[in-house]
Amino acid sequence: MVNDPSEKKPPAPAETPSEKPAGASAEKPAAAPPKPAAPAAPKPPAVPPPPKEGPVPLDNDLVKRFKARFGDNIREAWTDRKQAILVVDRESLAEISEYSRDDEGFDYLVDLTAVDWPKREKRFDVVLNLYSFKKNERLRLKVFLGEGENCPSVTGVWSTANWLERECFDMFGIVFEGHPKLTRILLPDEWQGHPLRKDYDILTQDTAWVRENLGIESGQ
Amino acid sequence: MSDTRTTGFPGVEQTVLGADEIIINMGPQHPSTHGVLRVKLRLDGERIVDSECVIGYLHRGVEKIAEHRSYQQFAPYVDRMDYVAAVSNGLGYCEAVEKLLGTEAPMRAKVVRTILTELQRISSHLLWLGTHAIDIGALTPLFYCLREREEILKIFEKYCGARLTTHAFRIGGLQYDTYDGFEAETKRFCLDFSHRVDEYEALLTENRIWIARTKGIGVLSAADAIDMGATGPVLRGSGVKWDIRKAMPYAAYDRYEFEIPIGQNGDTYDRYIVRMQEMRQSNRICLQAIEDIPAGPIMGKVGKVLKPPVGEVYHSIEAPKGELGYYIVSDGTTQPYRVRIRPPSFINLEALDKMIKGHLVADVVAIIGTLDIVLGEVDR
Repeated sequence: MVNDPSEKKPPAPAETPSEKPAGASAEKPAAAPPKPAAPAAPKPPAVPPPPKEGPVPLDNDLVKRFKARFGDNIREAWTDRKQAILVVDRESLAEISEYSRDDEGFDYLVDLTAVDWPKREKRFDVVLNLYSFKKNERLRLKVFLGEGENCPSVTGVWSTANWLERECFDMFGIVFEGHPKLTRILLPDEWQGHPLRKDYDILTQDTAWVRENLGIESGQ
Repeated sequence: MSDTRTTGFPGVEQTVLGADEIIINMGPQHPSTHGVLRVKLRLDGERIVDSECVIGYLHRGVEKIAEHRSYQQFAPYVDRMDYVAAVSNGLGYCEAVEKLLGTEAPMRAKVVRTILTELQRISSHLLWLGTHAIDIGALTPLFYCLREREEILKIFEKYCGARLTTHAFRIGGLQYDTYDGFEAETKRFCLDFSHRVDEYEALLTENRIWIARTKGIGVLSAADAIDMGATGPVLRGSGVKWDIRKAMPYAAYDRYEFEIPIGQNGDTYDRYIVRMQEMRQSNRICLQAIEDIPAGPIMGKVGKVLKPPVGEVYHSIEAPKGELGYYIVSDGTTQPYRVRIRPPSFINLEALDKMIKGHLVADVVAIIGTLDIVLGEVDR
């Protein structure tokens, strides 16, 4: 019924079925966050070779076609949990998006969001999740953006991007160039700050706005 | 401003008033907006020239909260997004974290999850049907819908103690095994339910007022639906045969037979038909699943402290409203580095402006209803 308490103890590294807690961090290809502590994948030790978790370089036909077309603008390609990820150049995002939609069949923009990594040189990852109805396949495009760098809008390629980019602007302060109406969407228009940035503390609020509009000292 | 128009009688002109456009606000407190949605409408008479949705009244910063909770602690929060389909939210989240960890729930857990999620789909669609009908002026179906929904909520309550924000699943499986009589009760409900759907259909499907109010209203073509990222019954009503349960099966869906109902015209009536058929299909899945729930453990081998390996995952399920996706980034610690929730209601609502253009104000109510949005999920 409940999980066996003896199973969760040995932090078996993902590759070796043996129970020895060997150098677990060595097998990871340079991962960005500073804490690769113990990637303890609690796996049932009996199962044959457990699948490797984490990024694995990718070079399949799809990537080759993208590289043939866009060359160095496709910076990196890898899979993570068997999901394909392409890192593309900021300037060519709109062009690559259009190519993905028209030539590769990724006609559905599932999601557009961002991740903030304040310690990196390029602070933001803008992440586009694509899906192709024809191929039944997903693809993730990523763009690395430095602080103050703008991201080209993909509203011209997928209409969905309109609200998604607005939300991204609202939460991260990322400016999408060419967006028809880049305003806040979830927070009030006059709100100061972008809450999903890592330096925006969870208790932070726009106190001036709260005082003026809600007539209370603090929302906490 | 006044304007002159011919009256049809030669030589007689009439002065008419109000050729100007006016702007009115619908909501945020309006019974037909199903929550705190505000729609600014620019009207020419009763026709909508332009519109704009104002959302965010229910924004609670769920994604920010996630970054400050452990993986297990965040699980109950997802129930508060689409609060009429909490079980589906929980399923998506638990499966996404399991994928991130590289584990899977045992088969028994998967089957029980499938049954509860399908019951939740039925209950969500029932609430949609009742409120959608009441918006359009048919008062009766609501009582029938809530009667059956109550049966489902009772099953949930017996299973996990909660009716709405259930937190029914755990990362790695289930916390509770099924209670004594779960199979029998669910089976009794399901056998009864197919006749119930007939009853609802008898009230609406061929009702002349219903047809007049829904046919040709809020048409969304298949190409537009894909371009707008619409999913779930909204996409299928436009004739795109796509359901994540079939396209990328999760839980135990690959074990059961069911159809994907689709519409042809992409109007409000077709979406109604699609959802009615979906309830029948969900019922069918439940009946198949309840027959053989495999024996075995209900919890996979998951530690008390979850530290997924560094990396990221996107996992989505077919929630009652559409594609509910979780994009989770792990930095190897006990708390997610980033949780992005791809809410079906938010993205389906984006199509509203396009769908209501040119319609009457009364049709806006019908179209908001047909999108089946939940503002808790739109605003998160």
